[in-house]
Amino acid sequence: MSTEFTGVTDVSKRLEEAGYLPDESIETVVYLADRLRKPILVEGPAGVGKTELAKAVATARSADLVRLQCYEGLDEAKALYEWNYKKQLLRIQMREDENWEQVHDDLFGEEYLLERPLLRALRHTGDAVLLIDEVDKVDFEFEALLLEILSDFQVTIPELGTVRGTKHPFVVLTSNNTRELSEALKRRCLYLYLDYPTVEREKQIVLSRVPDAPEQLADQLVRIVRSLRQLELKKPPSISETLDWAQTLLELGFDTIDENVVRSTMNVLLKYQQDVHKAHAHLRLPPNPEMN
Amino acid sequence: MVSSDRLAEVLAEPGPELNGFLQRVLDFVDALRRAGVGASQSEAIEATRLLRHVDLIDRPMLREALAAVCVKQHVHRRAFDDLFEVYFPARPAPSDDTPMVTDEPPELMDPDEFVRQLLEQLMEGAPESIREMARRAVDQFGRVEQRDGSASYFQYRVFRAVDLQQLLRDMLAAQTAEEGPPSALQERLWRDEFEARLREFQEEVESEIRRRAAAQRGVDQVADRMTRPPIDEVDFFRLTAEEQAEMRAEIRPLARKLATRVSVKRKHGRDGRLDVRRTVRHSLSTGGVPFDPAFKSRKPHKPELFVICDVSGSVSSFARFTLMLVHTLQEQFSKVRSFAFIDTIDEVTALFETGDFTEGVRRMMSEAELVWLDGHSDYGHSLEKFHAEHADEVTPRSTVLILGDARNNYRKANDWVLQDLQKRARRLFWLNPERAQFWGTGDSIAWNYARYVDDMVEVRNLKQLAEFVERIA
Repeated sequence: MSTEFTGVTDVSKRLEEAGYLPDESIETVVYLADRLRKPILVEGPAGVGKTELAKAVATARSADLVRLQCYEGLDEAKALYEWNYKKQLLRIQMREDENWEQVHDDLFGEEYLLERPLLRALRHTGDAVLLIDEVDKVDFEFEALLLEILSDFQVTIPELGTVRGTKHPFVVLTSNNTRELSEALKRRCLYLYLDYPTVEREKQIVLSRVPDAPEQLADQLVRIVRSLRQLELKKPPSISETLDWAQTLLELGFDTIDENVVRSTMNVLLKYQQDVHKAHAHLRLPPNPEMN
Repeated sequence: MVSSDRLAEVLAEPGPELNGFLQRVLDFVDALRRAGVGASQSEAIEATRLLRHVDLIDRPMLREALAAVCVKQHVHRRAFDDLFEVYFPARPAPSDDTPMVTDEPPELMDPDEFVRQLLEQLMEGAPESIREMARRAVDQFGRVEQRDGSASYFQYRVFRAVDLQQLLRDMLAAQTAEEGPPSALQERLWRDEFEARLREFQEEVESEIRRRAAAQRGVDQVADRMTRPPIDEVDFFRLTAEEQAEMRAEIRPLARKLATRVSVKRKHGRDGRLDVRRTVRHSLSTGGVPFDPAFKSRKPHKPELFVICDVSGSVSSFARFTLMLVHTLQEQFSKVRSFAFIDTIDEVTALFETGDFTEGVRRMMSEAELVWLDGHSDYGHSLEKFHAEHADEVTPRSTVLILGDARNNYRKANDWVLQDLQKRARRLFWLNPERAQFWGTGDSIAWNYARYVDDMVEVRNLKQLAEFVERIA
């Protein structure tokens, strides 16, 4: 099977097989990213499946997933490559009689190079999906480095020369929008905004991920979740919480949802007490008789 | 900037048969740029390039593909969608030279009968029939004959004839008649569903009207007139209820950013003091050579923020925004203290601590002591009282943020308070919702106060707020 996508329908079929239900915009953008060899920048609220998308693409293409988790203060040494100082030092101590030239050539060879995710993705010979997760967390300087790598797919290591990727990896960047990314970075990417899914799509997701759930239950469930997402919650329920909820209801043996069921299992869906209160008021649930 | 015609010329060379369509795409990108969606020239080129890979008949695909290169911020998506509808309508609207729209008045039916049919379709809920009903509603109610015989279409006429609230009630009644009285939970779910369908109908009507106007008056002109500005450029004073909700979502990241900015800037990586103990330990693995020095990391310091806001009538729409900001700030950071004033000041931190925003505003209006004499803004008195009660709590680590228009009703300014606060605080900023050109006119004493703050900035919309937040980094 060729790893490249042949068309939008192919994208959607293969993502579905990988357990990810794409919508129009997802399949279009994934297809274009493959064709134009551009990275995808995915933004959206937490828990709508941004990271999941990259994993699904990797599965669909039977490619290796290389993941770079970003955080404040991430630097080249952690993201790109680093020399293994300790090993180099040991090497020097081992053979003290050698001349410097020889040692030098030896010291900066493959053996002492610690490959980090970005370099690994570049040098990957097979098909790879590079996931740069939460790119909004990195500093401005690091963004510039990313820019260089993403536009040319090459990087220069002074001691080794320029490393050029043999095969362009499929790149997915995710952002929670805690900071505005630079124009330059955005320009190099295809932009994809993932929002909470529509009722129909979320229902399909529930049915495909929790196959034992009866359809009627799934339908009720996602409608309640949609209703809750309209509220201003500290943490609105994400897709994975919807799935957890479906699983919970199933384990408890409910096949339909009424007020009591919602009240007693609300904690699966909402993680803050204050959100739970709000939800109770919104759904007009009767007060819990055990609590006074 | 190369004009779009020139660009089209260059790009259209290999496939002249695409010329018309290509020109459309470029016009579209142009219109996006005029609407404030930052689509640059490289995006125009990118857009034309991707056409090769897109099935042009597949309209949703074309839309998503263009969006992927032209929209780089989610707030711009709304303008994009509006414009896309106009430039690439699903059903080509009759244009100027086809007489259909202009001459022949559509067959009108009894309005009650129409609403009954609409209700039926809405209960069914199929998107195609809702779209169809929207189109017919525009024919039915939106049309106005001009003196020269042409027709114009108006949204307000449609919604005057079709009462959405009444429809919602009717839908709920119809559903009840069919399935029996619902439980409270069930009713809530029905209501959500019906509201969603009505919203869809409303949006279809709006875009249908835009489409017709585009056919009559030319696409470019309509595009410029009808697209709503992106949410971050909407004036705080002109927010619709829907936009307010949208704004809440946009404020959240800004508030977070603001709070991180006012905290002492955290340094990253190896810039703390040398940690001797850990360095020595590390060196053991390299035979005592301190190859890998360890540093103490600096402890991030919690932002200490005082927010003082004017919530009087003259800035009430701005105040809603200010309070939103206060609320979001408090939601995420513990060391934020907020004060509100009209002609006297009171601390409102506790009121916004518990959850709901509207609840907080309500409690503020009823519980906080904001009015002292007549309920007209009195900056002088409020500042003086703040100084008397809280000045000692303002330390060199705190940032003070004042939000208001500095219209003092010709009362005493007491600007010495700001002078003193500026000495005590790390930084002191003033966000003014009034256009800078009006500062100092009439009873505004903005310039008096501006002398003693680190910066007084005009903040009328989210974009300006974002700029302010960026700048104080």
